[in-house]
Amino acid sequence: MVKSVLGVNHQGLTDWLIQRVSAVIMMLYSVGLFAYLIMHPGLDYAEWHALFSSKCMKLATLLFILSLLFHSWIGMWTVFTDYIKSFLLRLVLQVFLLLSLIVFFFAALWILWGV
Amino acid sequence: MNLATQRFDAVIVGGGGAGLRASLELAQSGLNVAVISKVFPTRSHTVSAQGGINAALGNTDGSDDWRWHMYDTVMGSDFLGDQDAIEYMCKHAPETIYELEHMGLPFSRLDNGKIYQRAFGGQTRNFGGELVHRTCCAADRTGHAMLHTLYQRNVAARAKFFNEWFAMDLVKAEQGIAGVMALNIETGEVVFLQARATILATGGAGRIFQSTTNAHINTGDGFGMVLRAGLPLQDMEFWQFHPTGIAGAGVLITEGSRGEGGYLINKEGERYMERYAPHLKDLSCRDVVARSSMIEIREGRGCGPKGDYVLLKLDHLGTEVINKRLPGIRELSITFAGVDPLKNPIPVVPTCHYLMGGIPTTVHAQVLTVKNGQDHIVEGLYAAGECACVSVHGANRLGANSLLDIVVFGRAAGLHVQQSVREGLGYRTPSSADIEAALSGLNRWNNNQNGESVDVIRNELQKIMQNDFGVFRTAEHMQEGFKKLEKLQERLKSASIKDKSQYFNTSRIEALELDNLMETALATAYLANERTESRGAHARYDFPKRNDRDWLKHSMYFSDGTIDFRPVNMKPHEVEPIKLKDRE
Amino acid sequence: MRFSIYRYNPETDKKPYMQDYDLDSEANSCYMVLDALLAIKNTMDDTLTLRRSCREGVCGSDGMNINGKNGLACTTHLSSLKEPIIIRPLPGLPVIRDLVVDMTQFYQQYEKIKPYLQNSEPVPAKERLQSPAERAKLDGLYECILCACCTSSCPSFWWNPDKFVGPAGLLQAYRFIADSRDTEKSERLADLADPFSLFRCRGIMNCVDVCPKGLNPTKAINEIKELMLEEAV
Repeated sequence: MVKSVLGVNHQGLTDWLIQRVSAVIMMLYSVGLFAYLIMHPGLDYAEWHALFSSKCMKLATLLFILSLLFHSWIGMWTVFTDYIKSFLLRLVLQVFLLLSLIVFFFAALWILWGV
Repeated sequence: MNLATQRFDAVIVGGGGAGLRASLELAQSGLNVAVISKVFPTRSHTVSAQGGINAALGNTDGSDDWRWHMYDTVMGSDFLGDQDAIEYMCKHAPETIYELEHMGLPFSRLDNGKIYQRAFGGQTRNFGGELVHRTCCAADRTGHAMLHTLYQRNVAARAKFFNEWFAMDLVKAEQGIAGVMALNIETGEVVFLQARATILATGGAGRIFQSTTNAHINTGDGFGMVLRAGLPLQDMEFWQFHPTGIAGAGVLITEGSRGEGGYLINKEGERYMERYAPHLKDLSCRDVVARSSMIEIREGRGCGPKGDYVLLKLDHLGTEVINKRLPGIRELSITFAGVDPLKNPIPVVPTCHYLMGGIPTTVHAQVLTVKNGQDHIVEGLYAAGECACVSVHGANRLGANSLLDIVVFGRAAGLHVQQSVREGLGYRTPSSADIEAALSGLNRWNNNQNGESVDVIRNELQKIMQNDFGVFRTAEHMQEGFKKLEKLQERLKSASIKDKSQYFNTSRIEALELDNLMETALATAYLANERTESRGAHARYDFPKRNDRDWLKHSMYFSDGTIDFRPVNMKPHEVEPIKLKDRE
Repeated sequence: MRFSIYRYNPETDKKPYMQDYDLDSEANSCYMVLDALLAIKNTMDDTLTLRRSCREGVCGSDGMNINGKNGLACTTHLSSLKEPIIIRPLPGLPVIRDLVVDMTQFYQQYEKIKPYLQNSEPVPAKERLQSPAERAKLDGLYECILCACCTSSCPSFWWNPDKFVGPAGLLQAYRFIADSRDTEKSERLADLADPFSLFRCRGIMNCVDVCPKGLNPTKAINEIKELMLEEAV
């Protein structure tokens, strides 16, 4: 998507774009889910189960989770580079964050496809 | 003694328009050049210039001629300007403007994409005919745009800057000048900057007056340095009072506001310049307008509760012109006069603005001295900009000729230094006595204890100059002022500062500046008293007429009180000399 | 009027402290904060240290933090302030002495954006033409006085002064990107596309709030982002 005109280091623009696109995806998903909840008062387990059984919902949720993970990675990376001036500490925190995000991803997959 | 020394091909003292133009020329040529400036360069006083810069481009009018520009400048100078120098400046003006445009200066534009030019005082077509639009501008922030552009080019050329360093004195050598003694303001370190060529671009000294459009930093440092080195200053009696400084605050309102169609009124609402100068009216030369305003005020037609100012009316120009062409003026008058010129006229009063005199130089910016009636070039010393007296402004400068002066002669200095270095201009070595002399001012301030404060003496100095050497002068007042100045000079010797820190000691800088203000004020007092005629900005009640028979000459002042004279150059190279005649 | 002023001279003080001064501002005809500071320096304490030059808001020397907000001392009316008037140096920059800060990093960021017109085409004999509309794009950009009020009020600059260009530098970057005479637009955009130089701006608009010249760096930053996106997709 990003052409090489912007030079080697255009990660800033890429990150910025990802933040915005992922935010839009998360918002659409949240609004959709919220609307569903409003339209279904007294929601029971069966209905909820049925909702997540559909392929579409599974894919949408996966997209939402991916967006969330990317969004938090970029967001937290920014926060770390702003406030944590010790390289070692930042490295540890980033590795920890990355591992957590990966774990979250597989946990989400496991839950989604367990439905 | 062990003194740190650094060597450069050229050292430029001052980071305003002239200094930066010179350094750009030299940095681009590959010479090892250092600019030393007591403030970060974009804080220099060039930044306050508003109205514009003159060049006969003919963009607005369709045609113009540098010879007309030259004629106007000579007339404006009341014939004290050197015609060879004025010829050089006006002829080089158009290429200078194009060069600035190519550098990136954001000039205002005409619909056809060319540089916009506005009317300014004293600018005419056809040798004194109709008003012409000759002043290129960037709205009313031309000086700001120019200074930033020049600094930006210097960044690109990787010029070396010593920012927040103060040049205390020239260091003399047996022949000429060896360099400057400089003080790092932040650390207090003293370094001798030795140079093949030293270029002074230290600007003006408007702070000798109480009411001035000049910045706090305009303290005549170059004048003090030159006088203490035993060299003369020229035409120091010619101080321009700008007709429109904001009453009370002293902040400048550009002549461009009259160029765009504004005019001055007295308390009766009369446009009085029609009476004093029926042809050019509000766009007459500054000395004429300033004197007219002072007469209005003295004769009781001033405005306000004390009747001590006149009004500049702009509201008839309309919102669009004011916001597009004079946005800075509007901002300044709201902040400093509490008046929005869209609605109400601005209270203004003639305010000290510019020194036409200064360090005498050739058209190549080489500093001159006089020995036995002969000009001598001082080896290794140059001066350009307001601190120099080439002399292109003579007895009165035309508006928008000063920005032109600084770039034309800043460049000329750079070109000549390049050539001299190529032809083998070497270093000169000072004796230990020369070094000691250049440190004596600093040592005095470091050692003096329990004396009067800098502020007290500076205030008195400014009061004396304001009251006794202002717009109108008489022998009686000047002699009185003169005596007061001499007494003050004695008191200055034992004055002291309480702050003895080495670290960013601005009180010590102000003290060193006060020495320079004093030297400048004395030079002004001596020469103003000496010149028994009225010419340009030097107006005497007791000698109200110009006297070409006795006074068509430059006056020179040495710090020992010696006064000498030089002839005015009336021999341009390419055109016929402009003959003496009366001004409007 | 009571002034509480930040004092620190590394030569004599172990750490900074606040010093109070009571000044009769009317008797000293002080209208602006700068008038008052100079009156204090001239008549009460000549060790008080600050920068000043033009005293009319165009040179940018006397940026400082006045009652918690960055501004120019010379254009801030005393009558607009609550007492005691608390004066501190610009935040986020190392203090040299009292109200004088070390602006090296600020200037370095300015130099980083190549603050000069670049044009690779042959130089014409006369001026390069520029329409009034093209020239109007530079309004609100070229007027910057480099006072650092904006940049030193920006948390992104506080955290990354070596990497984030800051609002003043970015405003100037856009001043050249927007100039119809500059031919290096793409290179200028590419130079800013990393995660720090430009994109650390979080759009909180502190810069807009404090700019004494009424300029809008946030808008310029957003314009750069948009152009970068256009260039990229």
